[in-house]
Amino acid sequence: MDAIILQILNGLDKGSAYALIALGLTLIFGTLGVVNFAHGALFMLGAFVAVTLNKILTLSFTTVDETRTDFLGNPAKIETPYVEAWFGPEVGGWMIEWSVPLAILVAIPVMALIGLVMERGLIKHFYKRPHADQILVTFGLAIVLQEIVKFYYGANPIPTPAPEAFKGSFDFGALLGFDPMTIIYPYWRLVYFLFAMVVIGAVFAFLQFTTFGMVVRAGMADRETVGLLGINIDRRFTIMFAIAAIVAGLAGVMYTPILSPNYHMGMDFLVLSFVVVVVGGMGSLPGAVLSGFLLGILQSFASMSQVTSVLPGINQIIIYLVAIIVLLTRPRGLMGRKGVMEE
Amino acid sequence: MFGLDRKDLTLFLVVVALALFAPFLLNPFPSDSGLAQFNAGYPDLMQRFVIFGIFAIGFNILFGLTGYLSFGHAAFLGVGSYAGVWMMKLLTMNVIPAIIISVIFAGLLSLLIGWISLRRSGIYFSILTLAFAQMCYALAYSVLTPITGGETGLQLNLDDPRIIGASQTAEGNIPVPHLFGLEMNQTWQLGMGGWEFTFSAGYYLAAVVMLVSFYLAIRLFRSPFGMMLRAVKSNQQRMNYTGLNSRPYTLAAFVISGMYAGLAGGLMVAMDPLAGAERMIWTASGEVVLMTILGGAGTLIGPVLGAGLIKYLENILSKINKGVLEQWFAVMPDGIDTFLVTIVYPFIGKGWHLTLGIIFMLVVIFLPGGLVEGAQRIGKLFRRDRKPAATDDPEHHPKPQPHVGE
Repeated sequence: MDAIILQILNGLDKGSAYALIALGLTLIFGTLGVVNFAHGALFMLGAFVAVTLNKILTLSFTTVDETRTDFLGNPAKIETPYVEAWFGPEVGGWMIEWSVPLAILVAIPVMALIGLVMERGLIKHFYKRPHADQILVTFGLAIVLQEIVKFYYGANPIPTPAPEAFKGSFDFGALLGFDPMTIIYPYWRLVYFLFAMVVIGAVFAFLQFTTFGMVVRAGMADRETVGLLGINIDRRFTIMFAIAAIVAGLAGVMYTPILSPNYHMGMDFLVLSFVVVVVGGMGSLPGAVLSGFLLGILQSFASMSQVTSVLPGINQIIIYLVAIIVLLTRPRGLMGRKGVMEE
Repeated sequence: MFGLDRKDLTLFLVVVALALFAPFLLNPFPSDSGLAQFNAGYPDLMQRFVIFGIFAIGFNILFGLTGYLSFGHAAFLGVGSYAGVWMMKLLTMNVIPAIIISVIFAGLLSLLIGWISLRRSGIYFSILTLAFAQMCYALAYSVLTPITGGETGLQLNLDDPRIIGASQTAEGNIPVPHLFGLEMNQTWQLGMGGWEFTFSAGYYLAAVVMLVSFYLAIRLFRSPFGMMLRAVKSNQQRMNYTGLNSRPYTLAAFVISGMYAGLAGGLMVAMDPLAGAERMIWTASGEVVLMTILGGAGTLIGPVLGAGLIKYLENILSKINKGVLEQWFAVMPDGIDTFLVTIVYPFIGKGWHLTLGIIFMLVVIFLPGGLVEGAQRIGKLFRRDRKPAATDDPEHHPKPQPHVGE
């Protein structure tokens, strides 16, 4: 029992990332009808927003302290981050430590801007082109984005720590009445899961309870009619693209303490997220979220040693296997509408 | 001649000439001049030109004719490589059996994957092939390590139980792949003034195989079977309504293009007997897509051009470093030269993928027909007043059609 709970928990954080990226992909596909292969790159850019903020906050100047000496006997050089000098060591230190959560605030405008520029500058011209062309041009864009990041940040992963308060692990075992220390779960992963739930909830609430969201949903169902009613649906869809970019970016920001960001992390997540979208049902937002968590948990079950000893390697291929089975038996996906992209 | 009409024959003969004289044509700069680094006439690179040319020709038979965009073709190349290396480990160092077994294994795998994936079209087909290829990659990396060598890759060893031929040479080395005694890494040098030309046995074997596969591709493009595949691309639904089952045709195209990929994998092994899982990763599949689109999908010569261009850029651009740049721009006034170096630097050396990505995006946006379309447009500019209608060859270079199921 405790092993099962542990595996479910382990699947949640990866599942959250899949769900967030898949949600954005589905938003873009559902509204604009564009297959965005650059969505993984947006996830990666979000992560690098966090890295950049961390770097900016830790920019330091060096002072020479004559009273102290280092181990060679020279006067000690002390690095003081600018923020500590400006806001005092307490506030400055707090800002550096909490750079990842703070990056959320930076990432929202930055990702929105990137999303808008991308949609207006490139994707707009591809509405009427075949899906193959959309895949190709966004694939090219993904290459360009990740190479730019690689040029400025190098090819190695950049560790970006979580705040001190969230280091360590939470003992679920004691909470649920099992033996203590049987089910332990890092705090940050818990934070990530809760954060993902908040973001997903916010997106759904936005679509469900605002007029803007209502128009967007109407546009997803029948774009032409909404247009005929005199509503500028294109502008709203552009904003939805920006929102999808923000969701992917935030997923990336918060993922940095779990996985040190490198330039190809987006591509790694993209392929799986596409599979998630297809399993959930192309164009179905709840389907994308559900299948994101399901596949994340399934993957974590498949990597249990009891399973891999019977079926070696199953943890590597389980997601693809599920996708193949779903596509062949139920091509519209778990929650896809009948007749939508069933070809 | 050869069952080709005049236009195709001219094209084929041009390709034959280019392939045979490549060691001269790709070495236009004297070896002691500063421009020698742009020479591509060394065996390793020329072999890659033709091998990836074969790969792209095969991919084009599927994507260019039927419009099915496969994102998993590297899996066939990888499986072909593994099969080829095993043939060399177990049977003989002669390259012929290795190449044949590569084609057979890739064909079998593509039959299996195609049979399943072709039940869907459009983006679902792309994702299914992608999923299969990633599965092959993950398996080759982990569970199948006894067969594939896992992370280290599959190599020849000194104790391979080779049935025909010895496990090791008299000097105790691993024997070299050969074609009935002609060793693949054998080269001949020809010095002519400042020029140095290298002829390699391996290159000429690969080039001959490429020419044969190019010829077969032309015949296939012009055959009734090829017409059927084009019909699938332009409107599969209508084709089905007329009572034709398109599945066998698309499956045949898929298997043929998979076998081409296997052939490329087998040739890679013949040139350099090793295989690794990284040949199957999905970005490798993406690369052949790039080559085909860049050159011009659905055209005969396009994929070969695209493959050549990408491999050339990969080799030449990644060789240039900051020092070379500074040398070039040294003639410029101070300030301007450092400025130029800073501007150009991200696009060369390790950043050549950036250049590739930008070129690729520009081609997809402005030239959906690839370089071939670009050449046609330029050609049209010069011949506008002669025969405006006849310059278009709708059969030879079809306009990009919307994908089935749009």
